[in-house]
Amino acid sequence: MRAGSQVMSGVGAAIEVRGLHVAYGGTKVLHGVDLDFAPGSFTALLGSSGCGKTTLLRALSGFVPVLSGSIAVGGKDVAGLPPEKRGMAMVFQSYALWPHMTVLQNIGYGLKLRGASKRDIAAKVCSLLAMLGLAGYEDRKVTAMSGGQRQRVALGRALAVDPGILLLDEPLSNLDAKIRLTMRHEIRAIQQRLGVTTIHVTHDREEAMTMADRLVIMNAGRIAQIGTPEEVYDRPNSAFVANFMGAENVLPVHVVTGAGRTTITAGEARHVLPRERDLALPAGEALAYFRDDAASLDAPDAEPGEDLVVPGRIAARSYPGGLYRYRVEAAGRQLTVDHTIRHEPGAAVGLRIPLSRLHIFPAAQASIQASIPA
Amino acid sequence: MMHLGSALRTALAAFLLAAFAFVLIGPLANLALWSVAERWYTPYKLPVSYGTRYWEQVFRPTGDAMASLGTSVFIAVLTVAVALALSIPAGYALARLRLPARALFMVVFLLPQAFPSVAIYINVARVFYQLGINGTVLGVVLVHAAHGLVYSVWIAAAAFGAVDKDLELAARNIGASPLKTFVSVTLPLAAPGIVASGIFVFLESLDEFTGTFFVGVPQVRTLPLLLYNAAMGGNYQVASITALILLVPSVLFMLFIERFLRADVLAKVGA
Repeated sequence: MRAGSQVMSGVGAAIEVRGLHVAYGGTKVLHGVDLDFAPGSFTALLGSSGCGKTTLLRALSGFVPVLSGSIAVGGKDVAGLPPEKRGMAMVFQSYALWPHMTVLQNIGYGLKLRGASKRDIAAKVCSLLAMLGLAGYEDRKVTAMSGGQRQRVALGRALAVDPGILLLDEPLSNLDAKIRLTMRHEIRAIQQRLGVTTIHVTHDREEAMTMADRLVIMNAGRIAQIGTPEEVYDRPNSAFVANFMGAENVLPVHVVTGAGRTTITAGEARHVLPRERDLALPAGEALAYFRDDAASLDAPDAEPGEDLVVPGRIAARSYPGGLYRYRVEAAGRQLTVDHTIRHEPGAAVGLRIPLSRLHIFPAAQASIQASIPA
Repeated sequence: MMHLGSALRTALAAFLLAAFAFVLIGPLANLALWSVAERWYTPYKLPVSYGTRYWEQVFRPTGDAMASLGTSVFIAVLTVAVALALSIPAGYALARLRLPARALFMVVFLLPQAFPSVAIYINVARVFYQLGINGTVLGVVLVHAAHGLVYSVWIAAAAFGAVDKDLELAARNIGASPLKTFVSVTLPLAAPGIVASGIFVFLESLDEFTGTFFVGVPQVRTLPLLLYNAAMGGNYQVASITALILLVPSVLFMLFIERFLRADVLAKVGA
């Protein structure tokens, strides 16, 4: 644990982003982003490619100029400062290690810039390498290392300067699946230990959910939703977020509210919500989003109870392992459902979906946002 | 069938190797033969008498060859210095900065190649004469550098362009100023290309004739001028020896390239 005691970091810095507009070569990429990062928090910026998440990170780090808006670090606006004066350290997707330097030179670069002595640099690099599981690699050429090792060196280089803010730009996307899982935990553990404010850009939903305290879902240059992994996953605030977070089945429904009760109609299925349930559903035409594993198969005429049972027909079946995956035609849509019991294609079934697991949004809003592929 | 095929392939390889050796070594052998031929005239296929008389003449302390070689190398080194001093900033600017007239800028460096060199050098000589640098090493260096810049700027731009921008951003990101980033990251990574362009400029300068003839003569006499004089005077022996001397730096530089610049690095130049 001597290594741990030497790797000291200041407490993470707070960031306040206000009304951030950024354009890339005449094209507006960010349309007014407001976002706060608490000191020591781990935030994942999640979104499909082109949503502006990487641009936001690069605007924070000073690599792309800001059109308007402010980026306050610890109360001081840094939006006009060059990258070297912002106190943020980034880990690049491409690692961006300098191939003409050794591991020691790469990690020690920032310390050398700050005028540290050779001995101090060697000691600090040594302890960082121990923390990263690369003890004794000082004199290696970075070109002679594996992807996972390079990623660790890149992380070490960023952490060596004791940054208040750590920026991670899809750092795991070039790694093998197995190493990726290990690195998720390692980065998270190191972040917790050092208390550095961390912003992680990724398009991998699971990566974001498992690593971050808080997710920021971005869509077309705007923030779609901010929340803990549970909030974003279980209570998406828009059709886009529901769809992006994996609720890919879309069922057209009709909602009638009034006289203290709400009625949901989906194809031939009809469900009257009990009086005590108040889901604040939008009235009129709506789209219900649900995950493959939320629904199950039942008899077409089964008693609905608390669920919505939509009659349908099995169109196709596959076996990905553990359970069967069905394509079910119901209410004029093709839906994907996972179920443990084997049914034959063509069989009439009832698609049973618990009401609590339906994410229902007005059709007008949904049709605009859901057209963006997840 | 297999056996015949491999035999054919071996024969073809041997033939190609022999052809290559003939093309490469033939002219050199001819030069070497001429340099030791004291008397050689038609119809004889080989020299009539051999000797080292002309070598002695060239390497005589009072001879022109060694002095010319010194002048040539001196001018070439200065030319490389001038060309690199211009092409490193120019190449970086062309590769990285968004200049409004980037294409125009690139073409300006190509312009000297677009006209017959004699026409240019006569005018250059006239201007230099008015400036008082005609017949000086400075004048010759400037002419050689203008010629070499065509290549060195383009090669340097390619070398800088091949350096991943993220590598620079990574340095800026952890606290390096733009200048520090350039010196510690960009320049070392572009160095193989820059060295290659320097070598190219050096060899071009060593070989240059027309510009030196108009701007340098008679005060500045480089090796190619000596060679030309000897050849014009029908002295093939001295011309051959001069040519062989001119080959030495070229071969040394090829060895340097082979030793220090890997093929994959060289392939990036111009990419």
